[in-house]
Amino acid sequence: MSARIIQSNETPFERIAIDPITLDIIENALRNARVEMDATLVRTAMSPGIREQGDAFPLIADHKGRMIVGQFGSYIGPFLDGYGGTVEEGDLIMLSDPYSVGGAVSHCNDWLVLLPVFKDGRLIAYTSMFGHMSDIGGMVAGSMPIDASSIFQEGVRIPPVKIYKQGLYNEDVVRLIMHQVRTPDWCKADLNALVASCRVAARRVVEMADRFGDDIFVSACEELLARNHRAMGQLIANAISEDKVSFEDYICDDGMGYGPYKIKCTMWRENGRVVLDFDGTDPQSVASINFFLNENMMRMFFGIYMIMVFDPQILFNDGYYELIDVRIPEGSLLKPRFPAALSGRTHALGRMFDILGGLLGQKTPEFLTAAGFSSSPHLFYSGFDKAGEYFQLFQIGFGGIPGRPLGDGPDGHSLFPNFTNVPNEFLERYFPLVIERYETVADSGGAGLHRGGNGILMSYRFLEDGKIAIHDDRWFVPPWGVNGGQPGARARKILEKPDGTQTIVGNKIEDLEVEADDVLHFITWGGGGWGDPLDRDPALIVKEIGQGLLTPQGADAYGVVLTDDGQVDAAATTRRREALSAERGAVRVFDFGPDIETLRTRCQQDTGLPAPRQRLWEDVALAAE
Amino acid sequence: MAYRLGVDVGGTFTDLLLFEESSGSFWRHKTPSTPHDSSEGILNGLTAICAKAEITPADIEIFLHGTTVATNAVLEGKGARVGLIVTEGYRQIMQIARSFVPGGLAGWIVWPKPQPLAALEDTFEIRGRMNARGEELRPLNEANIRAQLEALKARGVEALTVSLMNAYLNGAHEARVGELAAEILPGIPVSLSHVVLPEMQEYERTLTTVANAAVRPVVGRYVRSLREKLRGAGMAGKLSLLRSDGGLMTSEKSEEHPVSLLMSGPAGGVTGAIWVGKNAGIRNILTLDVGGTSTDVALIENLDARRVRTTEVGHLAVRASALDVKTVGAGGGSIAYVPELTGALRVGPQSAGAVPGPVAYGKGGTLPTVTDANVVLGYLPEALLGGTFKLDRAGATQAVQTIADALKIDLYAAARGIIDIVNENMFGALRMISVQQGYDARDFALMGFGGAGPLHVNAVARLMGSWPAVSPVSPGVLCALGDATTRMRTETARSFSTLASQTDGAAVGAVLSEMEAQIRAELEAEGVSPDDIVIEFEVDVRYSGQAFEVPMTVTLADLAERGIAALTGRFDEEHRRLFTFNMDSEHEIVNLRAVALGQALDLPAAQLPVGDGDPIAAKLRDHELYMDGRMQPAVIYDRAKLRANDRIAGPAIVIEMDSTTLIEADCVATVDAVGNILITLAPSADA
Repeated sequence: MSARIIQSNETPFERIAIDPITLDIIENALRNARVEMDATLVRTAMSPGIREQGDAFPLIADHKGRMIVGQFGSYIGPFLDGYGGTVEEGDLIMLSDPYSVGGAVSHCNDWLVLLPVFKDGRLIAYTSMFGHMSDIGGMVAGSMPIDASSIFQEGVRIPPVKIYKQGLYNEDVVRLIMHQVRTPDWCKADLNALVASCRVAARRVVEMADRFGDDIFVSACEELLARNHRAMGQLIANAISEDKVSFEDYICDDGMGYGPYKIKCTMWRENGRVVLDFDGTDPQSVASINFFLNENMMRMFFGIYMIMVFDPQILFNDGYYELIDVRIPEGSLLKPRFPAALSGRTHALGRMFDILGGLLGQKTPEFLTAAGFSSSPHLFYSGFDKAGEYFQLFQIGFGGIPGRPLGDGPDGHSLFPNFTNVPNEFLERYFPLVIERYETVADSGGAGLHRGGNGILMSYRFLEDGKIAIHDDRWFVPPWGVNGGQPGARARKILEKPDGTQTIVGNKIEDLEVEADDVLHFITWGGGGWGDPLDRDPALIVKEIGQGLLTPQGADAYGVVLTDDGQVDAAATTRRREALSAERGAVRVFDFGPDIETLRTRCQQDTGLPAPRQRLWEDVALAAE
Repeated sequence: MAYRLGVDVGGTFTDLLLFEESSGSFWRHKTPSTPHDSSEGILNGLTAICAKAEITPADIEIFLHGTTVATNAVLEGKGARVGLIVTEGYRQIMQIARSFVPGGLAGWIVWPKPQPLAALEDTFEIRGRMNARGEELRPLNEANIRAQLEALKARGVEALTVSLMNAYLNGAHEARVGELAAEILPGIPVSLSHVVLPEMQEYERTLTTVANAAVRPVVGRYVRSLREKLRGAGMAGKLSLLRSDGGLMTSEKSEEHPVSLLMSGPAGGVTGAIWVGKNAGIRNILTLDVGGTSTDVALIENLDARRVRTTEVGHLAVRASALDVKTVGAGGGSIAYVPELTGALRVGPQSAGAVPGPVAYGKGGTLPTVTDANVVLGYLPEALLGGTFKLDRAGATQAVQTIADALKIDLYAAARGIIDIVNENMFGALRMISVQQGYDARDFALMGFGGAGPLHVNAVARLMGSWPAVSPVSPGVLCALGDATTRMRTETARSFSTLASQTDGAAVGAVLSEMEAQIRAELEAEGVSPDDIVIEFEVDVRYSGQAFEVPMTVTLADLAERGIAALTGRFDEEHRRLFTFNMDSEHEIVNLRAVALGQALDLPAAQLPVGDGDPIAAKLRDHELYMDGRMQPAVIYDRAKLRANDRIAGPAIVIEMDSTTLIEADCVATVDAVGNILITLAPSADA
């Protein structure tokens, strides 16, 4: 099965040699068009998730569907391979079902629109964008039930459908979709915004082809891809060894009491190509933490990391895809079988970046970054206010950026690109909430020469009875430190009643009832530290204590001894550091903290929560028969 | 006779433009800037230009000034040390900075996080809380406030900012803290967020208030010193400063609200372009202000520049009205290079700056720049600045040759490539403010100014389809001209956030009238006669739930007669124009704004003698330049000798003291009645 492209003009494009200057001009123009897509979306979308937090991703691809500009790489190839319909002028395709498109989107909340761009009867490019909808129906508000056991519980599932067919708007199908969701106004506006963004970019592409000529435009896209292929080929040859390196990290639990789930990746170079083999990754979960990882998306993640770590000047596109061989075992957490639930995939998605960092830096520790790409902590709060109006909040939280070769990890920032917080005054104005505290947590960043960023404490006072759900990770397996840096603190959630009693609540929970005046303390992870904390300037420790980013107790991890008036006791510090250094020995490249079994033993005591239990994979295998 | 003097202080040069108001005659002067104390350079210029015009400083009635002193204080971190008082639980608001990390996926690995403008150790929390309806949720505790202010006092801050949660709805708590601060920290200036910016969004409001506090002492010192020096030189006239939004304010007002000066520099060029446009009969203009390291672009529609609510300086986005000027790192000093890995030709954003500068300037620069490419191609003839220094053509050629070698193309193709890329970057910035905002660039003329604008304006106009390409009179000092020709302005804004269905024209009109009274009083206090004051109103509208609003101009009469529905109807039209669709959601009236303007001075431009169309009298010499893939014969003209109606066929170059205008091969330039050069496609090329 493969899509049929219908063109009224079947003349093939002619490959024309492009001078380097025209090429650079077309590349710049495409980049500008992509910036316009972001701007259009942000200005017209309505859900706080998209308009304030920026949870949406644009791309412009060539006529074969390969990404020329964008972020996550192109899913158009796999989509066309699996789509049985036609692609015609005036069509606009929408979809959300990961299983229909090989994981092009990885959960049903991401609505994707795809606009084939035609010029003079010929398909000349694609523009596309997907964005996270606040609600798509299903068993819980926000549509990401952590305890779902199949995708059918996760809301409306949209296979590729044409919402415009040869220019005609298919109102019925859009009405059918909007009827399934709790927040149709937001979804309608956000869908409109996605479409408007793709149209803007399509207009730019046609203008560019007009300006330079169709053949030149298409040839330029080819050449941009080829240029990237050459650059990445060189980078791979220089930076990736033929010796195998492996790295493992974990998802703490699945929200059903089981965990942690291991993700393992082995990397090596073979015949000029890189192999990324996920053999050894745990089997899929019965809950929704599965991450249907599209191979192209993994190629793009890898490419972006290579570029950012080794040479940030290169612009990335899909050109180097064939240089990367991604192998993911069927039935694993990263390639679950239909109809496994997928909505809680954000944790495994985020963990990919820690794994990439760990893999790429192993042979070149000076380029290594620490861990802390926790995922995106989510909070959902919904109910009916005193006037009987339904409210529904979906908020993405942030945390500590890991320590980096460049310096400290910023405190309480976002690892995902272009995300920002929703202003608290906005939250208080439009939701029944008071945000009592909004600060970073002292000592939560892992100690290091470059300190990991602190996690965030956000205290939500609920003004109405309602239900909340929390999705977070890195509460059990800490974010690791590197080159002597220590792990960051783990995430925690505390519910405080008006009488002051506090209860620790889980980090992956659904449908927790809250009452007016309850306060939820939502605490996120701290980033891992980078480099030996015993080398950090003691004056900086004193300064950060004054800033409230570190406590006097937190100074211990740096071997800094303070005088009674809070200054550095230089002599005592030197002695203390020498003693700590001797006791510890040489620094290790990775500091993962205690091993999994020790974490389990100490879990209740350290986190206030029962330890996740080990899944018995044999049972799963039997059940799957 | 009445004279007004416009002065623009740039990084390299201080430009002065002296106007005689009745005849429109003017004198211009350029003198090196004196960065250690800009007022020195200004005084040098003042003396020189008065000598040229044969007047004394006492003859100058108004001194109008665009300055980057506030901008530089922010960019160079030389602002005052600001203490910050926030609501309990919010001490790290500036540290968290909305959690934003720029640079795309994995961009965090290489992002250097800037330090907060108010240091965390100088930030203190107080108890007490307002809710989102402006009601007191918890009262203040005076003992607690006093203790925190005492602690802050011990830290030795030079200015204080108070920014509390929801203060945009109720400033009572901030006001009380301000009173106690005056008592405990006497002599320390206090800024309250609900006064500086009564708008929702705690981070932006705090940042703006802190920025205001940080630049206040620096701007105050500068303005007072300048005032004294001018008085000392015998200038008794008024001193006004150009605001980021293109209006003027008295120097006294600017000391209180310096955050309005952050884009004062670039605003001068835009207001200058408006004056030129008025005289040239061109009402829709895109501006292209090309300097050494960067290019500023702006859009003028119907002789009014687009404004935005956010001023961006360095990494800071401050909420203060500014002309919608976009800056791109592409200028005469931008360095061309070919990265080894990709073999692509890149130009900028790295710049050779003023020092070492382009190779052709012979000040030690060795890397090829845009200016060097212009020299190689013959677009910049050997002499700049009226012949006071010669360009090093051989050096420029050698530098550009390195690019040609890396790309394996010939010298001229490489030089032209550098120009094409830098033009493309300018084009990208122009698109952002035009096409991207729903404007058709073909409805606009493109005006190039600043040192290098007239060199690029023809080529960029071709990319945009924006004709004519305009090289205005005295393009090198257009900012100073803008300073000299704009008018007084003040504005105020309020949050309204009400659904259109839950209010009416009368209710909105009542608030606007109240705001009018306030700003009228302000301008009158600044010495503007009540009869000369013009009031304009703007209402920000959006579909309820959107994050961005569209500012709509309204009149009180229209609101009274036709109500809110007429306004929301116009908003729907505008939304469709901008974003291609409308929604059936409710409309929300978000913010109200009132602007008070002083009288627009109707300064005439001096008329040129009328010629017969033949520019031969202005011809300096024959020349040769590279265009359309070959060397071509061209002519160099002296701008000072051009007459009205002269027609110049391209390729040609027009030179003057501080700027060079390039007319491309298939274009033709006409000199208008006041000396602007208007370039269009030659009739044959048009077809």
